[in-house]
Amino acid sequence: MNLKLKIWRQKNAQSKGGFVNYTVENISPDTSFLEMLDILNNKLIHNGEEPVVFDHDCREGICGMCSLHINGHAHGPDEDITTCQLHMRKFKDGDTITIEPWRSRAFPVIKDLAVDRSAFDKILQAGGFVSVNTGGVPDANSIPIPKPDADESMDAAACIGCGACVATCKNGSAMLFVSARVSSLAKLPQGRVEAARRAKAMVAKMDELGFGACTNTGACEAECPKGISIAHIARMNREFLSAKLKD
Amino acid sequence: MIKLESKAPQGPLAEKWSKHKAEIKVVSPANKRKLDVIVVGTGLGGASAAASLGELGYNVKIFCISDSPRRAHSIAAQGGINAAKNYQNDNDSVYRLFYDTIKGGDYRAREANVYRLAEVSNSIIDQCVAQGVPFARDYGGLLANRSFGGAQVSRTFYARGQTGQQLLLGAYAALNRQIAKGSVTSYPRHEMLDLVIVDGKARGIITRNLVTGEIERFGAHAVVLATGGYGNVFFLSTNAMNSNGSAAWQCHKKGAVFANPCFTQIHPTCIPVHGTQQSKLTLMSESLRNDGRIWVPKKKEDVEKLRAKKIKPSQIPEEDRDYYLERRYPAFGNLVPRDVASRAAKERCDAGFGVNETGLAVFLDFSTAIARLGEQTIRERYGNLFQMYEKITDVNPYKEPMTIFPAVHYTMGGIWVDYNLMTTIPGLYAIGEANFSDHGANRLGASALMQGLADGYFVLPYTIGDYLSHEIQSPKVKTDTPEFDEAEKAVKDKIAKLLSIQGKDSVDDLHKKLGHIMWENVGMARTKESLEKAIVEIQALRKEFWANVKVPGTDKEFNQELEKALRVADFLELGELMARDGLNRTESCGGHFRVESQTPEGEALRDDENCLYVAGWVYGGADKEPELVKEPLVFETVHLAQRNYKD
Amino acid sequence: MGNLFTSTIGRKLIMSVSGLFLVLFLLFHMSMNIAAVFSTEAYNAICGFLGANWYALAGTLVLAAGVVVHIVYATILTLHNRSSRGEQRYAVEAKPQGVEWASQNMFVLGLIVVLGLVLHFYNFWYNMQFAEIIGNHNLGPFAPADGAAYIADLFSSPVYCLIYLVWFAALWFHLTHGFWSAFQTLGWDNQIWLKRLRCISNIVATVIFLGFALVVVTFYVRSLGLCGAACC
Repeated sequence: MNLKLKIWRQKNAQSKGGFVNYTVENISPDTSFLEMLDILNNKLIHNGEEPVVFDHDCREGICGMCSLHINGHAHGPDEDITTCQLHMRKFKDGDTITIEPWRSRAFPVIKDLAVDRSAFDKILQAGGFVSVNTGGVPDANSIPIPKPDADESMDAAACIGCGACVATCKNGSAMLFVSARVSSLAKLPQGRVEAARRAKAMVAKMDELGFGACTNTGACEAECPKGISIAHIARMNREFLSAKLKD
Repeated sequence: MIKLESKAPQGPLAEKWSKHKAEIKVVSPANKRKLDVIVVGTGLGGASAAASLGELGYNVKIFCISDSPRRAHSIAAQGGINAAKNYQNDNDSVYRLFYDTIKGGDYRAREANVYRLAEVSNSIIDQCVAQGVPFARDYGGLLANRSFGGAQVSRTFYARGQTGQQLLLGAYAALNRQIAKGSVTSYPRHEMLDLVIVDGKARGIITRNLVTGEIERFGAHAVVLATGGYGNVFFLSTNAMNSNGSAAWQCHKKGAVFANPCFTQIHPTCIPVHGTQQSKLTLMSESLRNDGRIWVPKKKEDVEKLRAKKIKPSQIPEEDRDYYLERRYPAFGNLVPRDVASRAAKERCDAGFGVNETGLAVFLDFSTAIARLGEQTIRERYGNLFQMYEKITDVNPYKEPMTIFPAVHYTMGGIWVDYNLMTTIPGLYAIGEANFSDHGANRLGASALMQGLADGYFVLPYTIGDYLSHEIQSPKVKTDTPEFDEAEKAVKDKIAKLLSIQGKDSVDDLHKKLGHIMWENVGMARTKESLEKAIVEIQALRKEFWANVKVPGTDKEFNQELEKALRVADFLELGELMARDGLNRTESCGGHFRVESQTPEGEALRDDENCLYVAGWVYGGADKEPELVKEPLVFETVHLAQRNYKD
Repeated sequence: MGNLFTSTIGRKLIMSVSGLFLVLFLLFHMSMNIAAVFSTEAYNAICGFLGANWYALAGTLVLAAGVVVHIVYATILTLHNRSSRGEQRYAVEAKPQGVEWASQNMFVLGLIVVLGLVLHFYNFWYNMQFAEIIGNHNLGPFAPADGAAYIADLFSSPVYCLIYLVWFAALWFHLTHGFWSAFQTLGWDNQIWLKRLRCISNIVATVIFLGFALVVVTFYVRSLGLCGAACC
């Protein structure tokens, strides 16, 4: 396959970026999208140009490091995958592919296609944990947890923190990310103990960091590579509102 | 000359750890506040260690190369984590887990360490459940288990196919709690480029801020290395793209002994290589071997038809399939340890029965399990793995068998540590995959997660106290000393040199060449000739690298090529050491298969008389041969035997 | 409750509660209108009852407050959300699968509804309740309590009919999303109710649309005088 690429290039956070056009030739349909970018970068290096910076690591869809807004979709046109799992067979010979970084006020561009997602860490630091120290905990089987609850908790815990929800939301809202953690822990007896405190602290941090408000469009759910449901947002709303009303 | 003393306590095996804990010193809370600890790496080992040390009251600084601690490659572990809970009433015990691990490692691990690992395994599960890790459960609400290779009991706890992710999120959450409290300071997108030694003790590190390119100094009373393995020396592996051995290698160059570098695990169930542009290999969890059966056709003509795509694998009748693992190892069947399964796959492919275009693939078939349990059950157990497989290969594994082939996955070798997990440099610790201690010559499935968390939660926080109890009088480590100046200058010079070459080959071009040398000569089957050849070729490639590499950009910016160049420069030295170690170890054991040393049936043949030791390597200087020091392995409890998975 | 209403979720709570209140009002207004279809006398009786009494005035004020709150918070949230998205926009944006068009255009739809409302005030409220409040019963062409006459007069015009139907359509879109969205914000939703609420939401929006549209269409058809008053 031969492809035209329209890639956002930006020197650093301060500079103004813009699109640059490239071409790649003889790409196998079995090549992954990021391998296609590797090929481009290798070509650029050989031509004495600067390679395109993009975040990536595990290349199997679990670390959450890769990003990219490809032809208008976070993580590209395929469903339930991250960019690293996207393969070139999803494109046609001669296609023009537009590649942009995540766009959100809370995720400033660092360089080219890499953005700073440290806001997510800050939200989790505000309360995305169960306050237990190492040691001195009861036997793992001392608290039975109904299977449906454990399963639903796991559904939410599947979040990889990639930021596609924020990137795709027209409001730059992090509600799906935050709710996945709040909901996952709220479904378990271990997490219930401080569920109210957690919901309040995490929402407050989310607001403070400048993420937008949720307007329930469901775009986040549609683009989430792990298919996390917006029902978790409802649960977080419930947790948050009931906690606030008790204050 | 360095002497490798394991410092494993005397006394009965089962009492060693308790006895040791009672004997080592502790640091009072008031003094902990005055002590600084650096933890490099935020995977299961690093995150759990940093969180636990922070809880204890030490001042911890934690470094990772990713944008968040949660990205560490522990997250990619799929199948599960072992523990000797015996929840399934199948006669599991701490001793059995210990024994399976020693045997699985082909008797090349230290008994006392492995027993301790099995002993604390149960606490790990308790800890993770308390943190809210959503392990799989039965309808009664209690925890579920599955089986893994090398074991005849079900002791593996799991969270769908994302166990590593869930455990890491647990440790990362504990870490976040400490970051919020201020006891841990996090430095993401920072890469450790050197270790600083002051008066013979590890006292700090030099890092590069990967966003700004700034070289920074950090001092501490102890440094903990939790930087994972070095499988990426092969270029193609199941490791993440950024996984590297550089931090460990810098420590080695500063005096830390590197142990058993040739012990590499080749995992049997990975998606086969598809072309020359492939960047990494994807693992299909070992848990799939619970329900999947591995086979190749019995007849060559079927192989030909498959390669020509004239027939589909599902069209080959049952009687024409060779379930070679079940045939060769009836007692363990498809659940033999990884090294055994990988070699068996290679044997079939070498014999000409490999099934895809390259002839380098075997089938992993679920049709029997789907017929027995129904598609829904299989979907519940492995849904995400099946989906991942289909996304990559465009083949629906519910309908046609998966094709799989062995790939580099894990490195059992690593920085040598004593029973306290301290390296040969005082104050420098190594935990998790970065050290060498617990898996011998082959790691069992679901044991890496166990080791990372055992070290981080339950071993290091105790043993580091013993060392730090002698440091309570030491003032804060100053970083404006000649030792730091020198280390920083060395790092800056190296970077400047790399940027100045501006040759013809990209870092990836050279890394691929190295990977090729390693896979061909230091891969699944090694001979004296291949290993000697590898040493010569790597030395030549290293020269080529330093003469001909092209690193674009500058050092004062986000420069991923520069990051890669620094790592590949180290791989080019480490690869040679791996070959040397393989050459020195004339026996076959676990993942290290010397063609010269095999049984008539083609199984790995150990040489306990001459090779019952840990091979430790002391850095000899640039382009100089390293020195070998040995830690004899003493088995007080286990009787050495040829591994047998047949009956 | 602390700083509930400065949080994004708290502001959304205000949106959802005020929105649900307005839905209730719409249902009431619609029921009242339908009376006009069957009996102009009955409708005028209701109009007379809801003149400038204290309870009608109080109701009007509460209602107005609901509208104002809904609009003010919609504006606050929309401005906040636009800034959260950042200055640099995507060059290419594709609508993710399964996302309702209405959900991404609520503010625009809301604006259309408000514009319609202004027209509606001018057409009806000014001549009816406002006339009673200021005590000038000659403000419009008909008596303030003769609502049926105003309806019949306005909807004899095909242009007004069309404008009102467009207005109702915008309202329909706004409600299909707004109704279930309110419950989602209140935290009612879960995996099962998500689908149910979306269905209920469509039903409520459609009932309101049809109820209002029925009056417009009926009076327009009557104005044509094709079958005489008897048949309707």
